[in-house]
Amino acid sequence: MLYFAFTRLISLSLSLIAASVVIFSVIEIIPGDPASFMLGINAQPDTIAALREQLGLNGSLISRYFSWVFGMLTGDFGISYTYRVPVSELILARVWISLPLAIYALAISTLIAFPVGLIAAANRGKPVDLAIMGTTQLGVAIPNFWFAMILVLVFAINLRWFSAGGFPGWDEGLLLSIKSLTLPAIALALPQASILARIMRSSILDTLNQDYIRTARAKGLNQRQAIWRHALKNAMIPVLTIIGMQFSFLMAGAIIIENVFFLPGLGRLIFQGITQRDLIVVESVVMLLVFAVIIVTFIVDLTYAAVDPRLRRK
Amino acid sequence: MIKLPRTLVFGSILFFTFLIAALISFLWTPADVEILNITSRFKLPSAINWFGTDHFGRDIFSMIMVGARTSIAVAIVAVGIGILLGVPLGLWAASHHGHWLDDLIMRGNDLVFAFPSLIIAILITAVFGPSAFNAIIAIGIFNVPVFARISRGGALSIWTLDYILSARVAGKRSFRISAEHILPNIANLLIVQGTIQFSLGILAEAALSYVGLGVQPPTPSWGRMLADSQTMISFAPHLALFPGFAIILTVLGLNLMGDGLRDILDPRIRRTQR
Amino acid sequence: MTLLEVQNLNVSIHDTKVLENISFSVNEGEIYGIVGESGSGKSMTALALMGLLPDGATVTGSAILSNTNLLEISEAQMCSFRGNTIGMIFQEPMTALNPVQTIGNQVAETLIIHDRAKRSEALKIAREKLNRVGLTEDQFPLDKYPHELSGGQRQRVAIALAIAMRPKILIADEPTTALDVTTQSQILNLLKSLVKEEKMALILITHDLAVVSGLADNVAVMQTGKIVEAGYTNKVFREMKHEYTRQLFSASNHTPVRTQKLEEIPLLEIKNVVRNYKLPRESIFARPKTFPAVRDISFTLRKGENLGLVGESGCGKSTLTRAILGLEELQGGEIKLEGDVVTAGKKLNAKIRRKMQVVFQDPFGSFNPRHKIGRLISEPFYLMQYKPTRDEVKREISDALINVGLNLDDADKYIHEFSGGQRQRIAIARALIIKPSLIVLDEAVSALDVSIRAQVLDLLAELSSKFNLSYLFISHDLSVVRNITDRVLVMKSGEIVESGDTQKVFDNPQHEYTKELIAATPILPKHLN
Repeated sequence: MLYFAFTRLISLSLSLIAASVVIFSVIEIIPGDPASFMLGINAQPDTIAALREQLGLNGSLISRYFSWVFGMLTGDFGISYTYRVPVSELILARVWISLPLAIYALAISTLIAFPVGLIAAANRGKPVDLAIMGTTQLGVAIPNFWFAMILVLVFAINLRWFSAGGFPGWDEGLLLSIKSLTLPAIALALPQASILARIMRSSILDTLNQDYIRTARAKGLNQRQAIWRHALKNAMIPVLTIIGMQFSFLMAGAIIIENVFFLPGLGRLIFQGITQRDLIVVESVVMLLVFAVIIVTFIVDLTYAAVDPRLRRK
Repeated sequence: MIKLPRTLVFGSILFFTFLIAALISFLWTPADVEILNITSRFKLPSAINWFGTDHFGRDIFSMIMVGARTSIAVAIVAVGIGILLGVPLGLWAASHHGHWLDDLIMRGNDLVFAFPSLIIAILITAVFGPSAFNAIIAIGIFNVPVFARISRGGALSIWTLDYILSARVAGKRSFRISAEHILPNIANLLIVQGTIQFSLGILAEAALSYVGLGVQPPTPSWGRMLADSQTMISFAPHLALFPGFAIILTVLGLNLMGDGLRDILDPRIRRTQR
Repeated sequence: MTLLEVQNLNVSIHDTKVLENISFSVNEGEIYGIVGESGSGKSMTALALMGLLPDGATVTGSAILSNTNLLEISEAQMCSFRGNTIGMIFQEPMTALNPVQTIGNQVAETLIIHDRAKRSEALKIAREKLNRVGLTEDQFPLDKYPHELSGGQRQRVAIALAIAMRPKILIADEPTTALDVTTQSQILNLLKSLVKEEKMALILITHDLAVVSGLADNVAVMQTGKIVEAGYTNKVFREMKHEYTRQLFSASNHTPVRTQKLEEIPLLEIKNVVRNYKLPRESIFARPKTFPAVRDISFTLRKGENLGLVGESGCGKSTLTRAILGLEELQGGEIKLEGDVVTAGKKLNAKIRRKMQVVFQDPFGSFNPRHKIGRLISEPFYLMQYKPTRDEVKREISDALINVGLNLDDADKYIHEFSGGQRQRIAIARALIIKPSLIVLDEAVSALDVSIRAQVLDLLAELSSKFNLSYLFISHDLSVVRNITDRVLVMKSGEIVESGDTQKVFDNPQHEYTKELIAATPILPKHLN
């Protein structure tokens, strides 16, 4: 197990390094000169030179890359060109909206998908299963931002159960903040839950075809006991990897959803950064998001090994 | 004549309706989408405007037809990129299983998977500016590891079979074996995955257009129609409902087609393998 | 004392009759054998008794066990019988156990489910049962996982969990078919001793007449869903009243007639061949070890000879086969065919490849399902220096098909339209088409039913005379090798431990391992008195 964790850790580090190289190359190398890019076509040569000096663009590519990475490791993400404040401050304020939102959505998604997938698999072919398959088939086709708009229309504008957007801030109270994240989380979660439920169902059905289920039945277990005691744990294994991948889609989705609900999260930061050509902000936030996805994949891999004894070496 | 599953029939009808609408839109739409007609804005669905009009007085039905072009075109080219680059990569990796080349390709795959299409689109757009082309590249890039992984997985399970050994005894090399024996036998897998990626592409394009990173005005796109409708949803919900339904039905159609194709293509494989 | 009485068991699955009027009875302490080929319905009989038939099955008749008709009780009642009064083990031990549960828990579960004991008590009993089946604590603690065990060991665990509640009857459906000969005899002996000590009855289902004749007290011979003959084993095999029993018996002992002349010219020469595999690293700092799959092997196959190579799984015969076919790099020694050296890897020598072809074991994985038969058979033409014309190819395909007993129009069909035996014929046609000197038969008849096997062996004998072919027969099945080879080589752990004329080696084995193998192989006597 330790050896497995060690190899995965190496994998993780390599991925992070590779990702950082890619991001750095795209942002700092491709546009040619980042400074003139940021300032636009009409900029004066001396303004450009000043910005270059300020951004440290006069060093070699290698040294710039390393100072960027080193900076990030010490929490220094540079100064935002538009806002003139450290990017780390901007990120910190907003990550506490985007991250809880993603986790909230993941929780809702899994809490719904697991039982639904299980019920569908256990009642294969029966009306319950057909109903679930039909609903989830619809669910995966719904764009989450559209669903968000509909939720706002029904629950906020018409029923007035929730506010139509905005975020009060964690200082205003835990419950209030969670309430304002609820509609967004549901909007994010429902399409993902549909995908997850279908995968859960097919994973359980695949497992039920295995020989060891037949052995369990021959021992005297009934269908329900066979599913519960044997099929479930085995079926979970491929589902775990999917959840890991889902997290990356959830982060991406969260960024888009923030737009519908006017949540001041990382999404807003990044889109403003793009419109204002603030490459520093864009670079940092993208790196952060990719970092989050890679970490989550790593955690999922570890859980994978914890669940499946075949992956642990003696 | 094989009996076609209902999912395939129903799904095809849904999808091809939109495809045909998109094609027809090149020749004719009920109204010209480029003409703004402020006097007849926010009209509800009627005999003249089947889906009503938007905040500029444009006919929503026509905009849906033209928007279909964007969604379908972007999604299909993105799938094309995924297949043309991803499948050879996956087959190549599988034929070198155990070799460092295979590991390298898989690592590369995992790396791309860490970048959701949206992030890739953000990166590209930040540098090159938003456009339909960038949306295609962003979605396409993400499709490559998907097809690479699927082809590699399918190929690996075939490489262990005896008929591959026979081919090697007959003197054939990896490239020829991949082309002659492996590819035809994973074709079914790829077709089904293709429809799935196509439907995901439609969703991705809509999301990108919604946040302004995709196709730019004045070209209509379903995603942007939704973005525009957002502030007016309380008094003109039809602006949001129709584009939404268009996306849902197209994606649903493709997914049903994928399910149906899986049903007709798979049992044949299962029958030949005992 | 009669334990189980089955009368007029009839099973249909979706309107297809699968079992017809099956009647038999099993007594306490008895071993009842059910023998037949694939499709005979023997497994279906077992599944019917256990109530584990697939959906869509309709069952009529009676199977009385402990004063209850198993065929008429509810599923819940049947659950209380399964594992408790009647147990079952299956053919594939590798997939029979839950990979994420320890062996201790899986055996203990039988006891817990039937409310016999709470967890800690059940684990204690599980330990006893595992000891009883030969898996002792020192090597097989309760927290071991199935993937850490071999096939034979997993089958023992399967037996332990099936007998944990001391059922009155144990059904064993082809329990040793997937195992090596030596493991097979161990498992069969284990079952025999369990029957004796636990006073359990055993219903042993198998396709192997030799196994049944050595073990079963009574036997039933099944064919297409019916019992064609039944009674005391000795009596049935002595009298053989039914035609099918006679057919089965003669096919099992079948020795094809060979008219091939043996010449003293060496055809295939293996000299000091060594093949090592690199193993994956144990830890980040250890150097990768190597595994010697083939260690310094030498032998010669002469023109016109049928040479047998026997060994159990893991002995290295597959590696050696691939090396002979030029698919593996050697770390030492050389292989020559008709005097030319066989080199593997990039430098494949088509001229040599043309002279040898291969037939594999699995008739289902041997062919690309998307190509037509004609294309499949003509694949070896890729090796020809001067590619034949389309007409020539067509002619060769037709000739090949006729030579193996198939029809001309089969060339346009797909492989899924043919049965297992027919597919092996097609495989032989493919091997034959470029007129090689040597055909390597890698377990080529192992997966076939006994009667089909006899036909294919006859075909091979006929073809070897007609086309002057020599064969290298690789098999784990000693009884087949005994009947069709001139000389035999016995392989173990990468080495040849014994070689010689087949009759001599079988009658008078010299090496310990050969003796072990022969002792473990069940024999079907030619005549029973």
